Amino acid sequence: MLQTSTPTAEGNTSVSITVRPVRAGSSLAGNRLSRATPWIVLGASIVASFALFGLLAAAGDGDFSLVGAILVGAIAYVVVITIMSAAVEGSRQAMDRFITAVVTGAFLLAMVPLFSVAITVVSNGVARLDGEFFNSSMRNITGEGGGALHAMVGTLLITLAATIISVPLGLLTSIYLVEYGRGRLAKTITFLVDVMTGIPSIVAGLFAYALFALFLGPGVRMGIVGAVALSVLMIPVVVRSSEEMLRLVPNELREASYALGVPKWRTIVKVVLPTSIAGITTGIMLSIARVIGETAPLLITAGFTASMNYNLFSDRMQSLPVYVYTQFMNQGNPAEAFIERAWAAALVLILIVMALNLLGRLIARWFAPRTGR
Amino acid sequence: MTVTTAPAKPVLSLGDRVFSRSAVFAGSMILVTLAAVAIFLIARSLPAFVATDESASLLTSNFWSYVGPLVFGTVWAAALALVIALPLAIGIALFISHYAPRRLSQVLGYVVDLLAAVPSVVFGLWGIGVLAPAARPIFEWLNTYLGWIPLFSGTVSGTGRTILTAALVLAVMILPIMTAICREIFLQAPVLHEEAALALGATRWEMIRLAVLPFGRPGIVSAAMLGLGRALGETMAVAMVLSATGLVSFRLLTSENPSTIAANIALSFPEAYGENINVLIATGLILFVVTFLVNALARWIVSRRSEFSAAN
Repeated sequence: MLQTSTPTAEGNTSVSITVRPVRAGSSLAGNRLSRATPWIVLGASIVASFALFGLLAAAGDGDFSLVGAILVGAIAYVVVITIMSAAVEGSRQAMDRFITAVVTGAFLLAMVPLFSVAITVVSNGVARLDGEFFNSSMRNITGEGGGALHAMVGTLLITLAATIISVPLGLLTSIYLVEYGRGRLAKTITFLVDVMTGIPSIVAGLFAYALFALFLGPGVRMGIVGAVALSVLMIPVVVRSSEEMLRLVPNELREASYALGVPKWRTIVKVVLPTSIAGITTGIMLSIARVIGETAPLLITAGFTASMNYNLFSDRMQSLPVYVYTQFMNQGNPAEAFIERAWAAALVLILIVMALNLLGRLIARWFAPRTGR
Repeated sequence: MTVTTAPAKPVLSLGDRVFSRSAVFAGSMILVTLAAVAIFLIARSLPAFVATDESASLLTSNFWSYVGPLVFGTVWAAALALVIALPLAIGIALFISHYAPRRLSQVLGYVVDLLAAVPSVVFGLWGIGVLAPAARPIFEWLNTYLGWIPLFSGTVSGTGRTILTAALVLAVMILPIMTAICREIFLQAPVLHEEAALALGATRWEMIRLAVLPFGRPGIVSAAMLGLGRALGETMAVAMVLSATGLVSFRLLTSENPSTIAANIALSFPEAYGENINVLIATGLILFVVTFLVNALARWIVSRRSEFSAAN
């Protein structure tokens, strides 16, 4: 057995060697561009493009466009390297180089919005990230000053309520699906969880509104309605991630526990859950991170207000995403004050979401069960 | 020593019964919740289907003439976003799975996932504050040189807040989920097929075309469908970025744009009263049905794939 497996391993390494470009001049490989050529061409085309745009700007044809220069440079690189490769290496290698350049370009292009969002939010948001922003509400404020304390309290309370509703329901559902679920009910639930994952957030908001409007009359706006809307969005995420984690728990652990005469529910509580608790916590953190930035359902269920409200069960309640939205959409005088508050709240929101994401991943890494290998 | 072969019925303790019942209860709550979503939306929508412009001030004639342009706008914006995002997502996924250095690929995956962590309202702010002004010169260029194509004709919007800008923001927002699915499926492509292709002298692109893409095609399709589902239901970014007038138009660059269902609800709901609320909930119901169908199709494609991939 050992002897048969060794040659294949060697075969693998020899294949990966053939992937690497063979030295130029080898009679087997035909003509190849040298390794440095693509980099030289890239540098040359970027420099040429910047020079071209610099000349255009100097000639008075508008401002220097950094984005345009980089874009034209990139296109020039793709064209030049393809033509060079086609001339030296043949059409197949030229196609390969072309696709390599395009695929790398696609990745770099996707990084543009990410960095643009990060830079814009930080640079615009820092201006109002002061003490007043964190210790005052918008009550009686029509122009400058004011803060988002009421929105932070609202976000905290609503998200907490949504977590309290969704985590037990989601966790128990995943336990049902993994430990008990057999037959039609389990299949239906799996399917419906998939369906719930796809519910648009605004529809979840409409549902929560319709539910409460039935009992409390139309025009109902309360924090708890928003929490119900958020939990509709949160439950499927919790179920999915917890289910995945519970399935990772090795069956030997369960069987060992049964063999010692431990009843099933104690096995689940004392053996299965502790083994997978890190992964489950990560899933819950990520699901909180997902719903904490939701705007649309809160806008139509919890509404917006300028005052503090600590009571989930009465009156409108502001939340951070809705605060960003209302500050930006209902600008007063001076408009800059409102826009600055919107950006500052956006920065706080993004920091919270990033912190939750990071913490979730760190928990998964720190508390991952030892595999013993 | 008589017939004792039948397994003894296990005696369930109280704890066991309570625990299993509560698990079943929680599972059933999912059923109940989804049924409730459907029932409440339908019940609240019913008055809207017979509403007229007299009973609901949002309507101009009847419900269907109101919802028609909205459905068009929703599908149009989502389709544009998909057209922009799909090639990019495939490219990024290929870069991460087959081009980037092995050690870097996981980190790069995380970086793309970071895009998914940005709340939609922040994307809305970014769309208005950064993307729309940046896109305006490009729109004018498109209009000047490609204006003979009907898509780019008309007068260019002065603010840049057109349906194309909204579609660009949507494309950025659906990129992470589509990339994640494509990446997963490309990484699962059978290594032996890839190595066989390379051993026969294929270049890297030929190897991808012969071994990876045919294997990943169902995954790409389902990624596209899931991305489409996200784009259809996305609310705030569109509500903030798009300056909508609510008509049917294929023109991408003008200031007269169709609105989308979700954005329209977000913009109109806070001030809605009386039967207008029913009308908006009914549009929400239509959105729910459309996204449900798109998502169900995606799941079906995925499940069909998992059946025949067992051979690998």
